[in-house]
Amino acid sequence: MHPAFSVIFLTTLIGVGQGLFTALMLGQTYELSNAEVSFGDNFYTIGAFLVLIFMGGGLFASIFHLGRPERAWRAASQWRTSWLSREVIMLPLFMAVVFFYMLAEYYQYGIDTSLLLGLLGVIVSFLLFYCTGMIYACLSFLREWATPLTIVNFILFGSASGFTFAAFYAAISAPELVATYGWFAIALTVLGLATRYWTLVRNAALRAKAKTTTQTAIGFRGKQVTQRSQGQMGGSYNTREFFHGKAESVVKQMKTIFMVLAFPIPIVLLFIGMSTESVFFLFLAFIVQYIGLCAERWYFFAQVNHPQNIYYQTIS
Amino acid sequence: MTQLALVIDLNVCVGCHACVTSCKQWNTSGGAGPLPDDNPYGADPNGVFFNRVQTFEVGTFPNTETVHFPKSCLHCEDPPCVPVCPTGASHKREEDGIVLVDFDKCIGCKYCSWACPYGAREFDEHEKVMKKCTLCVDRIYDESIPEAERKPSCVIACPANARIFGDVHDPDSQASQMIRENHGYSLMPELGTQPANQYLPRANKKSV
Repeated sequence: MHPAFSVIFLTTLIGVGQGLFTALMLGQTYELSNAEVSFGDNFYTIGAFLVLIFMGGGLFASIFHLGRPERAWRAASQWRTSWLSREVIMLPLFMAVVFFYMLAEYYQYGIDTSLLLGLLGVIVSFLLFYCTGMIYACLSFLREWATPLTIVNFILFGSASGFTFAAFYAAISAPELVATYGWFAIALTVLGLATRYWTLVRNAALRAKAKTTTQTAIGFRGKQVTQRSQGQMGGSYNTREFFHGKAESVVKQMKTIFMVLAFPIPIVLLFIGMSTESVFFLFLAFIVQYIGLCAERWYFFAQVNHPQNIYYQTIS
Repeated sequence: MTQLALVIDLNVCVGCHACVTSCKQWNTSGGAGPLPDDNPYGADPNGVFFNRVQTFEVGTFPNTETVHFPKSCLHCEDPPCVPVCPTGASHKREEDGIVLVDFDKCIGCKYCSWACPYGAREFDEHEKVMKKCTLCVDRIYDESIPEAERKPSCVIACPANARIFGDVHDPDSQASQMIRENHGYSLMPELGTQPANQYLPRANKKSV
């Protein structure tokens, strides 16, 4: 598949926002259960505002994916069958809950209101993760995506980057939370590394057992089939949308890049940042991890060998 | 229930691309607006087609045969492109089984094209909506043209009669008979899309 930057930024940015919101709620629960700690009045208000900025950034990026963004409101109509439609509902719903949570914190409506909205927000956040993952996982013949690992990865990567950002944010405004967020970020990143590696191993084995072949594509079984012409000399939507357009070596390099930038380096930077209480290193951990996750998402699209490519193997 | 479809006879397709050009001509003049055709005579020609004829070599040298293979939307009985559409623009008609895109509802998210394993849908970069074969829905019901011509443009254009149009749910239609008598098959049957369009395999004939 051709990786679209709009979708790369959409999925990575909302992941950070969702993870950050979970982190905020974890912090608030911790604060409640511990009478000795208090993080100041604006910690959750500004935190929720930052969540909204990440979500808004993702929403903004998604506009560039649409040919007709002025009709985007229609996309909420097919929630009965379409995971994309469900995501289109969950994303603004999550933003609305976070917005009301922010108001509740700012105007001090009381802890009960905050906790109720927070719990609702975390639930909607996970539903949103699930919808985003299912958009890809439900396409059964795109076998690189059609696995529960796709959803697990979306949840783990989003949460990991959100907690890494939370560690950085806490270093500025609530230093007591840096260690908690930092260790959560490290644990989620380690888990994400494990499931991403598992996904790579799983997908590497897929090609050997492909059921859909040139033979089944044109219906000549048991014979050698070679394409001699794809019906046009120039390019087409079919040759642009479903190929990454890069050399195989670039795809391999991208795999190495994200396996290093998204997981081990942020873990080291988080550890340094936590032990030296350095805002800079925690910020660096987030930036490096975010770049790594963008590379991961690029690879996530590029690795998919769409069955339609069977019909577009030879120009002429 | 009616299921209109095409049956394509690979015995007689000569790969002349008449179906491709007639399809383009009819549909670029239709109500959905022109089909893009950028740099048609330039270095990098680019455009939207609903139908393409590809060529494959089957067998091992020297016992090879050239197979010309027309490919358009197969109007699947269980079309994976329909449920994924977030707006309902991509739909399958109850009355005749034609899979269509409502160009006024399409938001151009391209998700349906990802969900189609056959690459039957092509995005219109000018109108920013998804386009696909309509089985000439604006022609087959048009009572202002002679009844014999109320067929998809590609079917009428084919000089070898390799394309048969009809209701594949009606056992007495010519299309159904051709499928039955000539072992019609569908593409990528393992994916469970149940394409309505069927292909007739090359018959085993002794070489002359």
